[in-house]
Amino acid sequence: MSALVVEDLQVQIPGPDREPITIVSEIGMRVEPGRILGIAGESGSGKTISSLAVMGLLPRGSRVTGSILLGGTELVGMRESQLRGLRGRRVAMVFQDPLSSLHPMLTIGAQMTDHMRRHLGLNRSDATRKAADLLGRVRLPNPQKLVDVYPHQLSGGMRQRVAIAIALACDPQVLIADEPTTALDVTVQAGILELFDQLRSEIGIATVVITHDLGVLSSIADDMVVFQSGRIVESGPSGELFTAPKHPYTRTMLAALSTVTRDEQSTPERR
Amino acid sequence: MTTPDTAPVLTVQDLVVAFKRPDHAVVRAVDGISLDLRPGEILGVVGESGCGKSTVARAVMGLAPITSGSVEFRGTPVRTLGRRSRPAGLRPVQMIFQDSAAALNPRRTVGAQLAEAVRARADEPVAAREREREVAGLLDRVGLPSTAAGRYSHEFSGGQRQRIALARALASRPEVIVADEPISALDASSQAYVAELFMDVCRDASIGLLFISHDLGIVRAISDRVAVMYLGKVVEQGRTADVWNDPQHPYTRALVDAIPVADGAHILPRTLAGEVPDPAAVPSGCPFHPRCPRAIDDCAVIRPVLELKRHTEVACIRVPGGVELSSPPVVRAH
Repeated sequence: MSALVVEDLQVQIPGPDREPITIVSEIGMRVEPGRILGIAGESGSGKTISSLAVMGLLPRGSRVTGSILLGGTELVGMRESQLRGLRGRRVAMVFQDPLSSLHPMLTIGAQMTDHMRRHLGLNRSDATRKAADLLGRVRLPNPQKLVDVYPHQLSGGMRQRVAIAIALACDPQVLIADEPTTALDVTVQAGILELFDQLRSEIGIATVVITHDLGVLSSIADDMVVFQSGRIVESGPSGELFTAPKHPYTRTMLAALSTVTRDEQSTPERR
Repeated sequence: MTTPDTAPVLTVQDLVVAFKRPDHAVVRAVDGISLDLRPGEILGVVGESGCGKSTVARAVMGLAPITSGSVEFRGTPVRTLGRRSRPAGLRPVQMIFQDSAAALNPRRTVGAQLAEAVRARADEPVAAREREREVAGLLDRVGLPSTAAGRYSHEFSGGQRQRIALARALASRPEVIVADEPISALDASSQAYVAELFMDVCRDASIGLLFISHDLGIVRAISDRVAVMYLGKVVEQGRTADVWNDPQHPYTRALVDAIPVADGAHILPRTLAGEVPDPAAVPSGCPFHPRCPRAIDDCAVIRPVLELKRHTEVACIRVPGGVELSSPPVVRAH
């Protein structure tokens, strides 16, 4: 069974004069366990709003129609109190800036165990043991010591690994990562991409990676969807999408990249 | 493209910036670097977090303590600012900060802030109508409508705020703009637009731009030359295309290899082993040797100096070139 199936999703949010504004419509996508779905598209194309809809984190007064099936459970129309039980437990999210998504005044261990004790009903010592396990799983060194440090004591890449460990704490079926490497150094980014790749094969999680960076998607995504102006204009296996794009917008996007490369390759001869 | 014989507007010579940490360890955040910048030229400074690139920017502005070495703008030395005001002679050197929300005044309209910058620059009083026209002109140069003048900074997006910060810098008729991670706090998709605007504005007005960023893709797209920093030192510097197409230093190589390629081949970018060492305990010899895939025993002993090898300047004893020539190398001014 697919971990996440979105069909004919439409999201409207209240505008400045309370008139509903349609942000995305006719959105359909699907992620299987152990696979990575890449969402590409420029800012304002609706990629983040679609993922927030899956998380049930849309602005107050938003209207969602269509279907979001999370492991067979329909999320559209669910009450906030029910959604709260799913969020973090069956679907979890990682954001662009790990410093603002972590609590600065709590140790890594405290923010990890709080979450696990609430959702999984673990006692303090079991939760702490599990926290250290998770920190090891995201390849952080000395996990036993790390539970006692504060976010500011870690580098940006380590913080993003902690954010991923927290997201994994309740064994979610789906992990949504919104621009997870955009704020990081390229060397650190390479490590995080490797981690997503490892998690996919080790724990078989279904991952959704949202990014404007096509290079990132080319290296880790199995399947891709391309957003433009609130709609999906192209979807398919990522290899095909990069080598034989069908929609004019995807072609333009890739062509923009290749002109940069061509220019640079011709430069040495000009010297 | 800049003509190579124009005199540099900004010269940084053997700059050292040292700090004492609370644990009393001395950190040489910038450890003897030399750079120059010509009118209309864009010099990108790249490197991982903590390599000292922002400290270079701050030292150029007089905001970081210059321990030794020099920074000169058209022959005028930049000194570390104390309590006195910044010398008027340095007004043509302007800075753009990462956090545009903090750089702008939230309680004054955009127009008022730009008008103040115009007034500060002009030697004689400028008539209100004249100022207004200049403010509208500044906004136009950064692609904002003149109606933006009546609004407050919080009414704008991060990208628009950074454009307002650029407009304010332009009010001083700058010859040098130092931009410290100007796009990293922006939404991913407005980054390219803002970077391109910086490039166009500086080229058009012959402003030298020192562009500090950890985003290699953007630096590659807009810079004429690139300096790659590691632990307070420049390890490689040269023309952007040369550095990118044929990086000589193993660290530059590692950075370039870590950039994922959008070719649909599903290949993970190569990672670089280890973490950046504690800057208070810089490794002996070449600071990069503990992480370097090409290191030999000598690398832990010999401090490499930056010298011209092939087409870029490189600080690495493993890269053949310059020193191994049988005839004396041609001395090139830079």
